[in-house]
Parts: sequence; structure tokens; C-alpha cells
Amino acid sequence: MDWEPLWLTFKLASITSIILFVLALPISYWLAFGRFKARGIVEALIGMPLVLPPSVIGFYLLLAFSPSYWFGHWMDQVLGLRLVFSFPGLVVASLIYSLPFMVYPIRAGLQAVPASLVDASYTLGKNKIETFFKILLPNSKPALLTAFILTFAHTVGEFGVVLMIGGNIPGVTKVASVAIYNEVEALNYPLANQYAMVLFAVTFVILLLVYSVNNRLLRVRKTN
Amino acid sequence: MSEKQIEISLHHSLQTASGRLPMDISLYIPMGSRLAITGPSGAGKTTILRQIAGLSIPQAGKITVGDNCWLDTQNGISIPPQGRNIGFVFQDYALFPHLTVYENLSYGLRNGQDTKVVDMLLERIGLMELAGRKPDQLSGGQQQRVALARALVRKPVLLLLDEALSALDSAMRLSLQGLILELQREQGFTLIMVTHHLGEIFRMADRVVQLDHGQVVGQGSPAVCFTSQSLPRAALVLYGEVISSQVFPDHILVTALVDEQLRELEVPLDRQDELREGQAFTLTYEHSQALIQRIN
Repeated sequence: MDWEPLWLTFKLASITSIILFVLALPISYWLAFGRFKARGIVEALIGMPLVLPPSVIGFYLLLAFSPSYWFGHWMDQVLGLRLVFSFPGLVVASLIYSLPFMVYPIRAGLQAVPASLVDASYTLGKNKIETFFKILLPNSKPALLTAFILTFAHTVGEFGVVLMIGGNIPGVTKVASVAIYNEVEALNYPLANQYAMVLFAVTFVILLLVYSVNNRLLRVRKTN
Repeated sequence: MSEKQIEISLHHSLQTASGRLPMDISLYIPMGSRLAITGPSGAGKTTILRQIAGLSIPQAGKITVGDNCWLDTQNGISIPPQGRNIGFVFQDYALFPHLTVYENLSYGLRNGQDTKVVDMLLERIGLMELAGRKPDQLSGGQQQRVALARALVRKPVLLLLDEALSALDSAMRLSLQGLILELQREQGFTLIMVTHHLGEIFRMADRVVQLDHGQVVGQGSPAVCFTSQSLPRAALVLYGEVISSQVFPDHILVTALVDEQLRELEVPLDRQDELREGQAFTLTYEHSQALIQRIN
């Protein structure tokens, strides 16, 4: 079995989850506590990947990334970054595609922290940023963990978007889900099964870990 | 008591279950005194405390504390809560669950402030041994002590209590009331407390403001405020609540909770209708005669 597609899959999922985690913190805070008229629009846009077929998102990203259009052209000329059929392109697409899986749980976690804790922090002289890092984040740990793992698992499971903008270049964009598809097309079921089994097992173990850790966190909170 | 005072005037549109309600409040509070704010729920009590703390901002208003202006909506001044030098004790304690007792207190330290104040306050509230515990390993009374001590770490000029003792049983409430009074005498802060509990008002406040529907409907000393006529010679006014009454041929025996203790009072037959179960009253003594006055 060629391990490269699996390695690519987990590399993509790790990079995506780490970047999204950092990006999602201010976005989630803003959605949880901000008072802006545009909030509804932003919420709807972030949620689009939840309901749209991946091929739709893939199609528009393909257009956007293509050097024939302004964004792709700009990326190519100014940053020297070719996003179509490249690994960086997969990362950018995954950031967009997995955004709601990171933002929604974190926002819910932040909102679940009692408002009086935030008020208490303000009356104790701490500003919004200090309060965010010292009070809000430590008290949303289960939500942060859930968001990170959901994003990771969802990126592992990506197929349509990856196929549309990444294609099938071994060692560059051929992730495990695409490899499985290729092997099935070639009627090579045993190899497809091997890839599928690894993905199945790893994903199951990750989710199992998350839920047991989260249950423990919640139980500790309740019993004390 | 210094001559300086806290002047508060707040105008705001309260959102209540029955629609919008204008709130208009003017308060003059001598520095170092103890004011209780009371009234039915929805009267605007908590809103006032939050606006004094800077946690919410009134549509119009002015707050000056001694020579400092905290709020002046006309001139666009609104100091955020971080800059107001207040302590706030919340009804739900609002202790940080992920921090220990010691960390909860030291969270409030100003930059460069001596950490000794944390030890001093822990000593004062008698929780030195539990400094390493998390809040959820403490009893309700202990949690409330921590919340009180935490609010005092920054040496505030103004301590705000939002029904802070309402969840405690009466023995615990009494002991905390005593502790707050002691700390107030030692540190000299001004106390503004929102409370429903009349016993607490009589014990702790030297002045009370009664609110209803966003307006001040009565103010003065507790004795004056809660009795239909003033009781000039009453040095001691106790607060009571009827638990049960038993009718005898020539009198009624009323069992009441008077200042957190059960007492039996003999009352003339004609007051049977007045002193029903749950009725609150004040009890004063004149020429060793007990005077019971109903509180409406």
C-alpha cells in the first residue's frame, strides 16, 4: 500500500485545523458577542459549506483560483502561489470548507460561559482581551476540543472539493479519499479497502477520544 | 464620615414584561455610608447597580464620586468598569471555576499591587486553609465569602452587592452580614446593596431607597421607610415574619421569625386578620410593650 495519500490527508487536516483554530477565535467571539447588522449575512456565509454540495464550492473555488481570473492571477503574480492543482490550494479550500465546523462549536462554547463571569472580570479591572484569554477560553475547553476535532475529522473526510480543485496528483493533491475513489474505479477493491479501513479506524479512534475526554471534563464539572 | 458624596442620576428606558418603562433615579449617598435599594422585581434595582458599575450605560445620566466623574452622558464621558474603582458581588457569586480561591482573589490585583492583600483578606474571611481549592469544592457560604473578598482586593471606594446573600440560609446570612459590616468599618468603602430581605436592610443599611416601576417611591432610614408612622423613640426595630398563628379565647399566639429567631408573641384578638402567615412586620418595644406594625 502506498502510504503517501494517507500522509497527505493527515497533513492537510492538521494544517487546516491549526490555521482555522487561530482564525476562528476572533470570528467566533465576534459572532457570539458582537452587535453588528452584518452578522446575519456573515453567519449565513460561514454556514454555506454545511448545506451546499461540495462540488458547488469546488467549482467556484476552481474559478477563483484559476490564473485566468483576478484572484488566482493576483495570487500567482504577487505571491507566486498557484492554488489550482496544488497543496496550498487544498489548504485554502479546506479552510473555507471546514470553517463552520470550527466556528459554530467555539461560538456556542463562548456563549455558554455565564455572562456574570465576564462582568466580574471587567469589574476586577481586566479588559476584553485579557478576559477572553483568561476567562472565556479556559471555560470553553470542551467546545474548543470538539471544534478542533470536528474540523480535523471533516477535513479528513473531504472528497468533492479536493477532487474539483486539486485533481489527482500523487504526492501533491492525491489524498486518501481520492485514492480510494481511484482504486475503486480501477476495480482494485482490496487496496481501496485498505485505505478505507485506515481512515475508518483513525477517525473512529479520534472521535472516541474526543467524546471520552469531553465526557470526563463535563463530569468533573458536574460532580464537584 | 467625610463630606464628600456620591451623586447618581440615571434616566433609562427599562424593558419589562409589560413593555417599556421609564426609569428616573437620583441618589445622593454620603461617602462611607450604607445604602440599601429594595423593591419588587422589575423595579430596576439590578439595572441601577450595573449602571453604577459601568457594566451597562444609561440613555442619559451622570455619576460623580467625590471629585471624580464616572459618567456624564451630556459630555460624552463614560469610564468603563475597569476604571471605576468598584467592587461587585454578584448574586450567583461569579467565581471563576477554573481558578483556585487564591487565584480568584489575585486575579483582581492591580499591576504591581502587593499580594499581601490577598493573604490578609483570606485570613479575614477565614478561608486561608482552603486557598488551594476550586470554587466548586466550597459550600455556598464559603463561595460567597470568596466573592466578597475578591471584590475587595482592589480596595474599592464603592462596594456593590446584588442580592448577594439571598441564596444563603439565615445563619450563614447573619454571619456574612456581620463580616461585611466589619470590613466596611475597617476599610471605609461606601456600600450599595440590592436586597429583598428586610432583616438585612434593618441590620445593615443606614438608609434605604424603595423603588417601584423605575421610580423612587420612598427613602429614608429603614425604620421610617417601613412603618406607616415614624417611630422616634424606637432605638431598636426588629423585623419579623409570621410563621403561624393560633387563636385562644382571649388572645392570639403568633409564632414568628424575628431577626432569624423563632419567637412567640401574644397579640390581641382584633389583629387576627392582619397577622396572617407570611405577613412581614416590624417589632419595637415601648415601655416594655411590644408594638407590632404590619409592613405592606
